Amino acid sequence: MVRLITHNLLACHAKNCTSNNFPLQFKDIEIELREAEFNPDFIRGFLPKLEWKALIDAAKQLGDTSLPSEQPEMIDDEFLKNLHHVLLEIHIEEGAMICPNCQHVYPISNGIPNMLLAEHEIG
Amino acid sequence: MLPTPDYSHLSSKDFEDVYEPAEDTFILLDALEQDAHFLRERKPKICLEIGSGSGVVSAFVSSILGGSSALYLATDINQHASQCTLRTARQNKIQIDPLTAHLSDPFSPRLENQVDILIFNPPYVPTPKDEAITGQGTITGAWAGGQDGMSITDVLLSKVQTLLSNTGVFYLVAIKQNDVPAIQRRMLEHFSLNSEVVLQRRAGREHLFVIKFDKA
Repeated sequence: MVRLITHNLLACHAKNCTSNNFPLQFKDIEIELREAEFNPDFIRGFLPKLEWKALIDAAKQLGDTSLPSEQPEMIDDEFLKNLHHVLLEIHIEEGAMICPNCQHVYPISNGIPNMLLAEHEIG
Repeated sequence: MLPTPDYSHLSSKDFEDVYEPAEDTFILLDALEQDAHFLRERKPKICLEIGSGSGVVSAFVSSILGGSSALYLATDINQHASQCTLRTARQNKIQIDPLTAHLSDPFSPRLENQVDILIFNPPYVPTPKDEAITGQGTITGAWAGGQDGMSITDVLLSKVQTLLSNTGVFYLVAIKQNDVPAIQRRMLEHFSLNSEVVLQRRAGREHLFVIKFDKA
């Protein structure tokens, strides 16, 4: 399934596509919300791994504006809960992710992204 | 003892396209369970399984570590397998994020130095080289390993060092014909990765190994 935590780790890997290939842009998506167990230690530990701007932009694309545009210096519980929701509870079920550079389309179907490339697209 | 994750929702129809858990799966689960304490101590945040098939291995790791304490990513080149992995996650009420992908390709460069637990039970059976290539994405691709059974494994081995975090570990299933000592030697010489055989057993005609690699 595609959640924003995973989306934040994906880049286009088509042949010769090596710059401006992250983050992938969502298109025509359907989302579902599913509750996940809140683990503040996990969220806190994952913070340094995130590309923050990419996350904020993706969340906005999905209509969620609960997160600040810069990572706050003071990490409080409310922030961690909002981040938990954005990272783990929004599931992209259908649609596509598109490379901002080469426009390659990675379809999402039944909650699963297809990241495979055709023979001639493999770098 | 931890129970094997529930995969009773998968049918013989599913196993026409997706590898059914077998001895090689179970030796891997046993090796992971044996290391349960060691794995919890390392406080892993990102687990990545390559070739997740039915999804039972990632589900098992989730039961060792606790579902909410790590992100479980699972790739498979076979889209039926990605679906089975997702269904197995739901059946066991855990979260796995499956992707249909070639090895770890879409995670480059974001997962460089980030993977805390990397797992691969590869297609390891020696076959004519073509079979490993043409079988990719089908049930044949789940076992056909080409020359020495290493055609697919070798591609991943070249990426392990880049993927693993400093405290990361990599578990690989192999059989005797893959030449386990040669794999270990190569990983040390080319990538400075230490390794040990954590479990081995004979199952029918196969002599199975689980090798664990790390950067220590």
